[in-house]
Amino acid sequence: MNAQDQPMVRIRSVRKRFGSLEVLKGIDLDVPAGEVVCVVGPSGSGKSTLLRCVNRLESIDSGRIWVNGELMGYAERDGRLHTLRPHELSRQRRGIGMVFQRFHLFPHRTAIENVMEGPVTVLRTSTAQARRQAQELLDRVGLADRGHHYPAQLSGGQQQRVAIARSLAMRPSLMLFDEPTSALDPELVQEVLAVMRDLAATGMTMMVVTHEMNFAREVGDQLVFMDDGVIVERGDPREVLAAPRHERLRAFLGQVQ
Amino acid sequence: MTGEKAAGAELPIEAVRPVRPGRWLGAAVALLFLVWLAYTVIVNENLHWDVIVAYLTDGRILGGLWVTIQLTVLSMAIGLALGVLAAVMQLSDNPVLRGTSALYTWFFRGTPLLVQLIFWFNIGLVFPTFAIGVPFGGPKLIEWQANAVITPFTAALLGLAINEGAYMAEIVRAGIRSVDPGQREAAESLGMSHRQVLRRVVLPQAMRVIIPPTGNQFISMLKTTSMVSVIAGAELLTVAQRIYLGNFEVIAMLVVASIWYVVLTTIASVGQHFVEKRFERGHVRLSSRVRRNLSPLPSKEPLPVESSKEPPLPKEPS
Ligand SMILES: Nc1ncnc2c1ncn2[C@@H]1O[C@H](COP(=O)(O)OP(=O)(O)OP(=O)(O)O)[C@@H](O)[C@H]1O
Ligand SMILES: [Mg+2]
Repeated sequence: MNAQDQPMVRIRSVRKRFGSLEVLKGIDLDVPAGEVVCVVGPSGSGKSTLLRCVNRLESIDSGRIWVNGELMGYAERDGRLHTLRPHELSRQRRGIGMVFQRFHLFPHRTAIENVMEGPVTVLRTSTAQARRQAQELLDRVGLADRGHHYPAQLSGGQQQRVAIARSLAMRPSLMLFDEPTSALDPELVQEVLAVMRDLAATGMTMMVVTHEMNFAREVGDQLVFMDDGVIVERGDPREVLAAPRHERLRAFLGQVQ
Repeated sequence: MTGEKAAGAELPIEAVRPVRPGRWLGAAVALLFLVWLAYTVIVNENLHWDVIVAYLTDGRILGGLWVTIQLTVLSMAIGLALGVLAAVMQLSDNPVLRGTSALYTWFFRGTPLLVQLIFWFNIGLVFPTFAIGVPFGGPKLIEWQANAVITPFTAALLGLAINEGAYMAEIVRAGIRSVDPGQREAAESLGMSHRQVLRRVVLPQAMRVIIPPTGNQFISMLKTTSMVSVIAGAELLTVAQRIYLGNFEVIAMLVVASIWYVVLTTIASVGQHFVEKRFERGHVRLSSRVRRNLSPLPSKEPLPVESSKEPPLPKEPS
């Protein structure tokens, strides 16, 4: 497979269980480079778990996940899988940004220090260069003048934008968003979505778990509807949302809209 | 509405406070009691205030004071290091490390500090020599006589530090567990290693929870060092006891020692206040507008409030 036509994310037959509860029951999904995939579905359907399996915050029980052509979590040698060592796993994770519903900014560091943390600690970038780059990123998410604020001094929308900048500082080739606007007041949702829209426009590959159907319609290249651990319906967001084929998706859309 | 003024006008509050006779009475009784207490202590001839004042800055007392400070600082520093190590082991995935750590805290919290101190002092009876070399009877590189190495000071330091480590382990563990797991996940998804996550993200935040009980442990340790007098540790109480065995001013010497203990703990309490403020960084009070956008904090585990103190000893130095 050459780099041009391989998808950024390739998920094959992925199963995941927590104890006796099977949360992912055989997921197949491709995310082509530069595309935005929106994942929707009712609570508990396994959306977060799927994202967390992609950057291996969770291990999987069977199946394969490749990101950027690399098998996540394992090395394949002499026809066998070898679990990666922690530092090799860390290296894989560097290229994947993740944005959480509850932001998870480091509360003991200012906004700009949050953005600098990855480059300085992981990439060993010099402090001066990391600061310059962090300032540019804060500028990009519209927070150029908030660098010296601690997370607790920022609104939810501002915190989430800092969190996005923090992920971008690692220059990821894939960004994962797990309900990035669900913890926000309605009036703060748009400022975060605007940043994500800009990001999509720069050609970033994104997997976005969201309940924002307008965002999915406008920005998404693909819509995936999950229910009870399986992908029930997928396709062009505009078509799927205009004419859902499955009853479960119709019921779900009735609830969120 | 009546009494409503134009928008923007000032409405100062100059309310008359209700009279509370019960409060005044309580305050008067307490004050009277304190005055009476001070009076009886000051006029009591058996207290020998002149002796107390004379010995407060006696060279031997100051020497003992210095040993007390050294023992406290060193045993807390070593205890903290041991505590962090034991806590990290306790939270690891490795069952052998977890078990070792559990065994350590179980044993040293399960035996009295006093027994441990006497044990360390007499360890030469069990292990006459210490050596560095190949274990299980292999060749030895260097060898020491236990009696030469184990002075009252080193025995005291060993006993206090190792015992303290067992308590600090619980405090540090509660601190680490108080950090939102989301913090670890955010750090891991930046590609940080386990060590980087611990050093850069988890421990600095755990500090907020670790510092206050550690301050209490420190203050407690200032006084716990007095237990070292059982092995003649040359700290404040040992010295005070040595002096009163000569001049029979038992109460006066105990008052001298107590005054210094109070001075030390007071200074430590003030220091604790400033250290706690320093680690509050980033945890400013939130305006209600901001708070609405934050999800509830993760539930905090109750901190262990046990202290390593044992009852004081009315005993002579050995
Ligand atoms: N660490 C875990 N241990 C046990 N069960 C878990 C764990 N994480 C998730 N689950 C369970 O797996 C199921 C799917 O969870 P997941 O968080 O992926 O759902 P979701 O689609 O993201 O839901 P929501 O919209 O509420 O975020 C749920 O039933 C959840 O309780
Ligand atoms: Mg979820």
